[in-house]
Amino acid sequence: MNDLALAFKEAFNLIGHLEAELREIVTLSLEVSLTAVAAASVLGLPLGAALAVQRFRGRRGVIVVLNALMGLPPVVVGLFVYLMLSRAGPLGELGILFTPAAMVIAQTILITPILAALSRQVIEDAWEEYREQLRSLGAGPLTAALTLLWDTRFSLVTIVLAGFGRAAAEVGAVMIVGGNIDGVTRVMTTAIALETSKGDLPLALGLGIVLLSLVLALNAAAYWVKEAAQRRYG
Amino acid sequence: MDLRTRGGCLAVLMFLSLCLAPESSAQKFITVASTTSTEQSGLFRHILPIFQAKTGIEVRVIALGTGQSLDMGRRGDADVVFVHARAAEEKFIAEGYGVKRLPVMYNDFVLIGPRSDPAKIAGGKDSLAALRRISAAAAAFVSRGDRSGTHMAELALWKAAGIDIGKAKGPWYRDTGQGMGPALNTASSMHAYVLADRGTWISFRNRGDLAILVEGDRRLFNQYGVILVNPAKHRHVKKEMGQAFIDWLVSPEGQKAIAGYRIGGERLFFPNAGDNDA
Amino acid sequence: MLPLLLDQVSFAVNGKIIVDRISVEIGSGPRTVILGPNGAGKSVLMRLCHGLLRPSAGRIAWRGPNEGRGRQAMVFQRPVMLRRSAFSNVLYGLKLVGVSRAERELRAGDVLDAVGLSEVATRPARVLSGGEQQRLALARAWALNPEVLFLDEPTANLDPNATRDVETIISQIRAGGTKIVMTTHNLGQARRLGDEILFLSHGRLVERSPVEQFFRQPASAEAAAFIRGELPWT
Repeated sequence: MNDLALAFKEAFNLIGHLEAELREIVTLSLEVSLTAVAAASVLGLPLGAALAVQRFRGRRGVIVVLNALMGLPPVVVGLFVYLMLSRAGPLGELGILFTPAAMVIAQTILITPILAALSRQVIEDAWEEYREQLRSLGAGPLTAALTLLWDTRFSLVTIVLAGFGRAAAEVGAVMIVGGNIDGVTRVMTTAIALETSKGDLPLALGLGIVLLSLVLALNAAAYWVKEAAQRRYG
Repeated sequence: MDLRTRGGCLAVLMFLSLCLAPESSAQKFITVASTTSTEQSGLFRHILPIFQAKTGIEVRVIALGTGQSLDMGRRGDADVVFVHARAAEEKFIAEGYGVKRLPVMYNDFVLIGPRSDPAKIAGGKDSLAALRRISAAAAAFVSRGDRSGTHMAELALWKAAGIDIGKAKGPWYRDTGQGMGPALNTASSMHAYVLADRGTWISFRNRGDLAILVEGDRRLFNQYGVILVNPAKHRHVKKEMGQAFIDWLVSPEGQKAIAGYRIGGERLFFPNAGDNDA
Repeated sequence: MLPLLLDQVSFAVNGKIIVDRISVEIGSGPRTVILGPNGAGKSVLMRLCHGLLRPSAGRIAWRGPNEGRGRQAMVFQRPVMLRRSAFSNVLYGLKLVGVSRAERELRAGDVLDAVGLSEVATRPARVLSGGEQQRLALARAWALNPEVLFLDEPTANLDPNATRDVETIISQIRAGGTKIVMTTHNLGQARRLGDEILFLSHGRLVERSPVEQFFRQPASAEAAAFIRGELPWT
């Protein structure tokens, strides 16, 4: 319990003095995870919509696999991306291992299935409701998918937030592909892992509290915006 | 509709820019694979800025275990390898992955244990005798078990003490597969003995009832070597900058920087470049 | 596009026959009302005609001078509105058929005016009342200037006032030259809005007569029982 009290004190100290290093780590964490979520949205949401409206052979198999991929262990994704980007690997020439770009790639791979699987469910439910009317109006599968993506936007916001939460919280992938390099690829989660392994538990907990506060603030803001928009648009 | 397409483009652009950024910014950097204990001791934070101020070269350290660091060197993911396991380093060079090994500095290991000291080793100067007593008493002992330099040193000591640890180990011997800090954490909560490098111990804040029980035995000295990854094997290795770093480490200036690093007034690393036996 | 020819059309699901070998020719002109007890297959027949379902057997063909589907629209029992303003909902349908932007906005404005929804045009469609939404659905269909308008129990969920409003609009659409094909279980409504009756029972077309004749002298026993109220109306 003493550690916990120390941790809170440490956290407020950290935030209070807004040390440059903390700012750097927080900024990088946000940059990496937000970019990953953006990329994953571009890839995953349309994929979910396509799966929802288009019937094809093997569709159920694809859905099962996609749902399973939601549970991809971050450390496994990290290992895979590392092997791809390593100089000894196929994409080594790009030279992006141990850079934020590699971390974005790993996190994108991690959360795209989440966004795709969850959006597929939401859009499929909406499609049930809208299908006859949209087809009556002459909407083909592509138009329908786009229309549904827009119409389910409030639920999709929640899904994207879930994806962001997963990205911001993971350490396995970014540790392996980023290398936790001081000042270059150190993010909140890898910093926490480092301080823990150094035995500096109050500092680690303090960083953890900062991370939690950040994610909480983001979720609260998004929820508030969503509520307001929902009231306006039904 | 337009908003969405614009948002999508923005996301892709951000993504691409993060991808391309490393190519354009800070081209002047090298990647050094080193060990967790070295990084966690804080040494790099002290000496690397000095090197960067002099040469403008940024040194990016990836801190892993010795085994993993050498592996990175084999894969060509690092330009320089800086670890403390002589046998493994020489094998690395013999296999053709490294150019040449230069000794840089040493620090020492200390035998840590609970103040209650069930195996009664406190104050001794003989690490081998201490290990024999721990084994005989079947006292709780935490091993790193992660192919690190520390782990390999620990195994060498058991062997030198005449104990085949593979056979002799029982439930008292905890193979954790962790870095130095976590191993110390584990030892602290288990009130167990553990072999640690002095650097990590000094900065370790979660000591519980642990203390240094045996130190100063020459066998506990831990030698560091630095190796340039062989550019013949990996064309992209930054050999000039990597060599510049190595040259600096063994130069009087670099050696002075290493010696100048202290925690609580205590020196952690002892520079010994040029000691051909090291 | 009219007349619409159905030739021995059947529709079955999981072995259960819902529409049983119906052959009929639906021409332009009279307002066609499809009547029948619950489960007679009225809704399915409508959807087959409109193209939302494909027949299990038989042929459906539009035999008019311009071969093909032409412009059709359908209004469902429960209106399905997108999460956008009433105005945008009407625009949506027009955009799908390629009407130019200026023309779209003009038509949408006109049609909302005609159904009495100008005042709420900018409000989110989904916050409108049931009656308003159904009028909006009619407006959306009307704006497309359809040659055939299908209506599936359009007033089943509405109160008498809203029902009256909807019936008025249907008449106006009819007056513009659109062919009306409608199902209802409300006999009074059938008499008010229909010119000819297609009476279905157990998936078969049992009787086809002009409206007055159907009610005064039904040719089949089932129709007679239905009118007397002995068979379930919905």
